[in-house]
Amino acid sequence: MKPARFDYYSPSSRDEALELLGQYGDDAKILAGGQSLMPMMNMRLVRPKVVIDINRIAGLSHITPRRDGGLAVGAMTRQRELERSALVLETAPLLSLAIPYIGHFQIRNRGTVGGSLAHSDPAAEIPAVCLTLDTEFELASSGGERTVKAEDFFLNHLTTALEPVELLTEIRIPQTVGNWRWGFQEVCRRDGDFALVGAATMLHLDDKGICLEARITTFGAGGTPMRMDAAEEYLSGSSVNADDRSEAARLVSDALDPISDIHASAKYRQDVGGVMVRRALEQALLAQALPFNEGEDAA
Amino acid sequence: MVQQYIGASITRKEDERFLTGRATFVDDVKLPGMVHATFVRSPHAHARIVAIDTAAALAMPGVVAVFTYDDIASLAKPIPVRLYPLPSLEPFLQYPLAQDKVRYVGDPVAIVIADSRYVAEDALDVIDVTYEPLQAVVDIEESLRDEIIIHEAPGTNLAAHYVVSTGDIDQAFRDAEYTRKERFKTNRHTGNPLETRGMVVAYDSGELTVWGATKVPHFNREVLSSLLDFPEEKMHFIEGDVGGGFGIRGEFYPEDFLVPFAAIRLGRPVKWTEDRLEHLIAANHSRDILCDIEIAMKKDGTILGIRAQVYGDMGGYIRTHGSLVPASTAGLLMGPYNVPAYECGVHCVITNKTGVGTFRAPGRYESCFIRERLLDMAAADLGIDPAELRFKNLIQPSQMPYNAGRTRADGDTIFDSGNYPQALTRALDEIGYAETNPKRWVDDAGRYHGIGIATYVKNTGRGPFEGARIVISGTGDVAVYLGITTMGQGHETTMAQICADSLGVSMEAVTIYHGNTDYIPFGGGTYGSRGTVMGGNAVHLACQNMKERILSLASTYLDTEPANLVLQTGEIFRKGAEHGPALLSLGEVAGLAENAGSDEEDSGTLEITAYFEADQLTFSYGSHAAHVAVDPETGKIEIIRYVVVEDIGRAINPLMVHGQAVGGAAQGIGATLLEELVYDDSGQLLAGSFMDYLLPTSTDVPPIESIVLEEAPSPLNPLGVKGAGEGGIVATGATLANAVSNALAPLGVQITQLPLSPSFIVKLLSS
Repeated sequence: MKPARFDYYSPSSRDEALELLGQYGDDAKILAGGQSLMPMMNMRLVRPKVVIDINRIAGLSHITPRRDGGLAVGAMTRQRELERSALVLETAPLLSLAIPYIGHFQIRNRGTVGGSLAHSDPAAEIPAVCLTLDTEFELASSGGERTVKAEDFFLNHLTTALEPVELLTEIRIPQTVGNWRWGFQEVCRRDGDFALVGAATMLHLDDKGICLEARITTFGAGGTPMRMDAAEEYLSGSSVNADDRSEAARLVSDALDPISDIHASAKYRQDVGGVMVRRALEQALLAQALPFNEGEDAA
Repeated sequence: MVQQYIGASITRKEDERFLTGRATFVDDVKLPGMVHATFVRSPHAHARIVAIDTAAALAMPGVVAVFTYDDIASLAKPIPVRLYPLPSLEPFLQYPLAQDKVRYVGDPVAIVIADSRYVAEDALDVIDVTYEPLQAVVDIEESLRDEIIIHEAPGTNLAAHYVVSTGDIDQAFRDAEYTRKERFKTNRHTGNPLETRGMVVAYDSGELTVWGATKVPHFNREVLSSLLDFPEEKMHFIEGDVGGGFGIRGEFYPEDFLVPFAAIRLGRPVKWTEDRLEHLIAANHSRDILCDIEIAMKKDGTILGIRAQVYGDMGGYIRTHGSLVPASTAGLLMGPYNVPAYECGVHCVITNKTGVGTFRAPGRYESCFIRERLLDMAAADLGIDPAELRFKNLIQPSQMPYNAGRTRADGDTIFDSGNYPQALTRALDEIGYAETNPKRWVDDAGRYHGIGIATYVKNTGRGPFEGARIVISGTGDVAVYLGITTMGQGHETTMAQICADSLGVSMEAVTIYHGNTDYIPFGGGTYGSRGTVMGGNAVHLACQNMKERILSLASTYLDTEPANLVLQTGEIFRKGAEHGPALLSLGEVAGLAENAGSDEEDSGTLEITAYFEADQLTFSYGSHAAHVAVDPETGKIEIIRYVVVEDIGRAINPLMVHGQAVGGAAQGIGATLLEELVYDDSGQLLAGSFMDYLLPTSTDVPPIESIVLEEAPSPLNPLGVKGAGEGGIVATGATLANAVSNALAPLGVQITQLPLSPSFIVKLLSS
């Protein structure tokens, strides 16, 4: 378990990093928190010729309110910082709810927002939450910047819209106005593992409790996190009662076509994916206040 | 003399160096000029080796050597069986390197030596082995059809088959009012010590020093001597500190030949540190048992007989444990019960998987699961409470010692002592069995709760001998040299407790030395919960002999009879005047010994080596109880309470026995819920890293409630001790499976295989 030979760069500026990326492209890997990259290199599952360590670049780690009421989060922001941020809790409570499910706090101390998104494990929490929050990503290259919506970012298993010369620099979470509720559920073999399957939900309710907009995302049930269109449409205009929630769960299970692996069968992911959605909807309706704890892992 | 140390919960003497980072593990050994080994391992489960091209690797800067089978051919002999040998196993033994065929993913094909482990792994990339892949056999039943032969010479995949029996099994089934037949399967998994295997070998001036020897260094030295044709007395096996054994570490593996071979050939120290990816494919696997079992009973629940067929998936080769895993499954399948008739076929089946050996409570975890599950099924069928059914059949104290008959190929199984019903009663009391009615319920969240129980008996303290050498210096300090080894058991504390009490000195005066074959000429090592039984009694025996010599020397000097003297807290007193002034110090007696005439019987220095011998096994026993809750929608199991009750005869250090119980239970919980070495149909290991081989973490293990009983000391040794290393794990599979089956019984679930993954539970619920 020793990595193959590689060259290591530790640029001190964003421009320097982008220049290196432009030069090496496919041969380079960005080192952010290293929580996935380092084991993969040690097992020689990936053999980059060049590792570009972006930990020493100033300005990539921040949580900043935007003028439009949303939130900008630097790609190198540690997951633990998000977890402890009152600003995140206020603006994007779903993210606060989901972060404790990522690994254990020691992992979150190193793991970054951008690393999780760029790696894009289909069972990871942050991609699922970003997809649910209609987040936008800023991708930079030496040629300039572009903005990609979450729905266009996750392409396939461990594959994103990032070009080899591009660096994910920032994520932008839009503000949610009105009576929004949220739920997040996952099932794992062990606490801290990648989910076997999970669900994130957001419900926008009017003052009579009628659903104006429903957002439902499953993760761990396909190559990427996926929005569940049929279930979202079904719930919109409903009162999200027990029957509605069960029907949404059924629609989700019908829509899923997951794979089997040694930890769970496809059928399990399909069935339990629906269960997770149903429970996340229940949680969204019931939860008035978020649990906000200092340092405990989820579940 | 008042005992001061045995029975006291003294904190471990060795912990200071572990907790302050001062321990020396084998990877900490660094020698000048040292080079590093790694192995070319087969990527195929079953293939012919057509050609091996090492030229590109040898041309790489930093690569020192590559050795293949041709290089070891003149020395090539199979690695012998250490335990449970059978003649039919011989053609299935593993050679240090594969010759013309590989038989599992991980089978060593070449050893690479380079300046660093990095370069050695780079060399693996360019060594070109041409394989002709063959169809792999990964299933016991498929293997038994012998359509694909894994070892051509014997011409069969059935490496051994024999039958053990006691009583009239046919009569038992003729008399039966109730029978039930079931098939059970236990999941292939293995021990994963925090420290992986490893060794450093130096060859200098005709002497070979091997660091990293653990478990059975004297045996391994003998094997290496035979394989290398190298004098045993010129080999020095040094243990160092060790990060866990669990059965898998310290057996003689291919690497244990190859690294010393390379060191001798190159004349340079060679280090090999196994990484976790290697560990999971190269170190012994265990527990892969398939069992067909049938029980005959009366309607009142009285057991009349059990008959079974046990099939052990042995992997690609028979390793040092011979037939042990399936043999031990059969050996105690009848458990702590009166089973008048028992018959069991034992089958050792070769497949294209990693070789099998022992893992903490080998065969006993499996047999306990099989038997205790079947008893719960029978209890339900007969409408008898599971605890009542067990009480009806448990062997009673009045029956001790109890001969369970010929359940092993090599002799009868004789339980030495015990109060089995008492241990079960205690476990039931702790879990609140009587008050919990019914024993299963559904909570407001829809989770199904259930209580499960299981009982076990476990052989410990295997002989035939163990040694200890004691040296008392002129300062009165006592050095104890052990033949047993230490992989984390805390012998530096427990053996000092035994020595201090047995000799009559303070514990502070005692230092325990272990883990060097030069310390004592013979040693049996540490396995199967034998350390305290065999090593502890060897220390005790050596102390008794030493005390006799001390008192004899003192009495000659003081012109009195030995019977008039007492050795206490390291000083000689006149009997009856122990609170008066000391007559001699131990250091002064050591001086007397050096000056004693050579014609006297007690001449010479204060040095004694004693060997404790045992031809019978001590049997620890106990009961576990658990309360679980199962989410029927996700299949997730929460262990709400877990109780371990074990009787080990006598606890030298209750704190450390408690630690063994908690650690064992934690390991068993992982084994039962999480751990599985899954292979696909082509023989590829799918759980090849800790991403997929799931060990329990602190969040998966509830607080373990451990109760240690000392109700039935063993009559087989002076200390009355039995082994304490495996009681925590033996009944975990059985207890959890019983608890889950009980909880889900209304939904028609009966567990017959492990592990209990969420996906598996949901599948059972939906079928």
